[in-house]
Amino acid sequence: MPVKFEVNGKPVEVTVEPRLTLADCLRHHLGLTGTHVGCEHGVCGACTVLVDGAAVRACLMLAVQAEGSKVVTVEGLSKDEGLTPLQASFRKHHALQCGFCTPGMITTAHALLSEEPDCDANRVREVLSGNICRCTGYVSIVEAVLDARAAYKNGGGR
Amino acid sequence: MKNTYIGTPMERREDLRLLRGRGEYVDDLHLDGLLYAVILRSQVAHGRIRAFDTAEARKRPGVHAVITAKDMPGGPPIIPMRLQPLPQFKPYEQPVLAHDKVRYVGEPLAVVLAESVAAGEDALEAIALDIEALPAVADCAVAAANASLLFEATGSNRSLVFEARKGDADAAFRTAPYRRRERLRTGRHYGLTLEPRGVLAQWDAARGRLTVSGAAKVPFFNRRILAQQIGLPVEAIAMIENDVGGGYGARGEFYPEDFLIPFAARHVNRPVKWIEDRRENLMAMNHAREAEADIEIACDRDGAILALRGDIHVDMGAYMRTNGAVGARNVCQFLAGPYRVPHVKVDSHLWMTNKTPVGTYRGPGRFEANFFLERLIELAAADLGIDRIAMRRRNLVSAAEQPYPIATVQPTDAKDQYDSGDYRAALERCLKEFGWDEKQKLSGRLIDGKYHGLGISCFIEGGAAGPKETARLAVNDDGTISVYLGTTSVGQGVETIFAQIAADALEIPIERIRHVHHGSTHYVSDGYGAYHSRSTVMGGSALLEAATNFQAALREAAAPKLGCDAAAVRLDVDKVAGPDGRSLPLADFAGVSAEGAFLNHRHTYSYGAHAAHIAVDPKLGNIEIIDYVVVQDVGRAVNPLTLRGQVIGSLVQGLGGACLEHLQYDEQGQFLTGSLADYLLPTATDFPNLRCIVTEDHPSPINPLGAKGAGEGGIIAAGGAIANAVADALRDFGAQPRALPLTPSAIWHLVQAGARKAAE
Repeated sequence: MPVKFEVNGKPVEVTVEPRLTLADCLRHHLGLTGTHVGCEHGVCGACTVLVDGAAVRACLMLAVQAEGSKVVTVEGLSKDEGLTPLQASFRKHHALQCGFCTPGMITTAHALLSEEPDCDANRVREVLSGNICRCTGYVSIVEAVLDARAAYKNGGGR
Repeated sequence: MKNTYIGTPMERREDLRLLRGRGEYVDDLHLDGLLYAVILRSQVAHGRIRAFDTAEARKRPGVHAVITAKDMPGGPPIIPMRLQPLPQFKPYEQPVLAHDKVRYVGEPLAVVLAESVAAGEDALEAIALDIEALPAVADCAVAAANASLLFEATGSNRSLVFEARKGDADAAFRTAPYRRRERLRTGRHYGLTLEPRGVLAQWDAARGRLTVSGAAKVPFFNRRILAQQIGLPVEAIAMIENDVGGGYGARGEFYPEDFLIPFAARHVNRPVKWIEDRRENLMAMNHAREAEADIEIACDRDGAILALRGDIHVDMGAYMRTNGAVGARNVCQFLAGPYRVPHVKVDSHLWMTNKTPVGTYRGPGRFEANFFLERLIELAAADLGIDRIAMRRRNLVSAAEQPYPIATVQPTDAKDQYDSGDYRAALERCLKEFGWDEKQKLSGRLIDGKYHGLGISCFIEGGAAGPKETARLAVNDDGTISVYLGTTSVGQGVETIFAQIAADALEIPIERIRHVHHGSTHYVSDGYGAYHSRSTVMGGSALLEAATNFQAALREAAAPKLGCDAAAVRLDVDKVAGPDGRSLPLADFAGVSAEGAFLNHRHTYSYGAHAAHIAVDPKLGNIEIIDYVVVQDVGRAVNPLTLRGQVIGSLVQGLGGACLEHLQYDEQGQFLTGSLADYLLPTATDFPNLRCIVTEDHPSPINPLGAKGAGEGGIIAAGGAIANAVADALRDFGAQPRALPLTPSAIWHLVQAGARKAAE
């Protein structure tokens, strides 16, 4: 089945089985392996991408459902060189170890800070509670997200 | 120049790729002609295979082959024990595919190779399988009855008894003025890695070479096992470590798939990839922790611990494999923890059950031992009318007693002693940072509908397992230097930590260290890996040795060109300089390389204490963390930033084990927790308000860095601290937690039992 959508600002057209998830489509058909698959049942949040600006679990969405959407993956948030303020804050606070949950954390936190640059620690914890990290214990991730708020207040965070 | 990278909090090198989605995990690899492996797993816990027909599955669209035990000449190979390879374990070891019996839900039976994962999964249902169910052995008590045997030829479901002995415990108990006996239990957990396991194997038929990606933790060990099983010399196999999405002891052990996928690739002469899904991971990756202790403590009236004795029953699952005996050994060897216990007699019984086999999970046996002992101490202190902190102060090993000898374990003759440290000082620091004295007034208080409680727990953490680690340094074409390691990265920051150590050892700016290569089998002559909190200590010490050898090699190479004695040559950032001021660019010495090894048969012991302030909702059973402090003395911290990550990260894993995590089976051995909605992991809202203080008061005397393994201290004492805090909070109900995890329903039952008792 053919499907057309936009990924990281570029139009794509792929032919997929109707049962293919958006996560597998991004990873295996489009080569965007930054989106990780940790559970395939919508609990761990590692596959979180932005679909029309909203944080979405790419393992719970079919690729064909993305027809006409604007999809942004972790690769699309990054600059060619260097880190975004949010990514730099993750590095500064040691908010990642193995890095497997990190793309989902970054996309989820980016969506949050884009909407609510004044969120407090409780709100950060609440929103990130849909993303499992097995390494950090979350303390440093919450610190990193709070520390990145300033960049979003000043417009964007990209 | 004199560097001080060691000891400085440094941002990680690996983050630059991981943060931008540019990491490369094994499932990110693609090859032309790739086939996808899907594994048929037993849905029956215990049974005899009567018939097995794969003909229909082979005809399904997209299916290339179906591999069963019949495809393996001489039968499926057996997975050996990596640690404690005792002859007693031989009859209990696992074949890579079940062929006569199945012994746990999830045991591999066949491998389907297909053009896509979906096609392979579709074909699984076409495999006809007739299994005669046998009575399941679903726990240690059923195992001990020996009515249903997992391995009939052995006549017993008990594969071994580890015996920990020190002094004469029976004599001490005969004369002790106080004794108390308890039954205590820990849940079944596992080192769930967020990245499921994966293997990608390529067979080069022309050259007779096998390349296996997805290696982790102990690639050199696993290469030896694979070479032997598959009938190739080790040199013909390259194990490739990619980015690894977490280890925690579980990932990287040799599992059935570590043979099956390379075998499949060679069998069909195509590259084959297998990526575990989460449901498989829950039933295929090593389980851990589940143990029941029937133990007794003897004390003087003043609270001095005189002796420990008893039995610990460990649920081993269906097979003994690789490091599966470590937890059962540790739980008796380290039952005394950081405390002075002159007499020990503890037996650890290894019971085979129809569950997923066990292996190590961060703090193996130590988490369990800590919970058992810390509960006993808490109960004994109350009985004796001694303040619980005073009781611990009374018994913690002092600096003057180091090196302190612990119980010897048979039949492996495991003798050990702690290396250094003042355990009481760590407790005092923890109490001070926590504000124990001020917070004590909250003990048992009901505030806004929640009962407040304080808990304390002290620990030691073993690290730096020998016998050896290897490292190499080499000059690159551009005059920078690269580091090559025998140890591995499971996400803990190896590239940064070893760049710090190398730069300090060579007295050069860290930017001159171009890359730190690790994990794959082609970088150094031999390697051991990442377990037992050993990478930094063992690999770092090896790197210091390599630096000495590297500088010697550089001097030898440069002396003739500089016209001076080798001893007078020195490395100066990007040059090699002689005594007369002449120098040559380091790039001229590209290819100069030297390896170093560190040999060690002793262990490091970092140590510390946990203090918890919690609030318990008696109606909902929730535990809220109000404040939590971990103090851990690590001897020397190479990177305080990543070390804090180890302590807090392992703490939250421990809190998960204390409050949430439990892999459950029913009486038929059916697995009940096959998703992340059933096996509950800590999330961001569960455990806030965590603090850690890392101290460096007592460097280890047994390695040149002075460092002690420190990746597990956060997890080890979490169960004891939380359970003691719950007992303190629910003192009005007489609640005494005797089992973990303390889930909301477990808490609710403690409250109800206490309320009933009060009403009677």
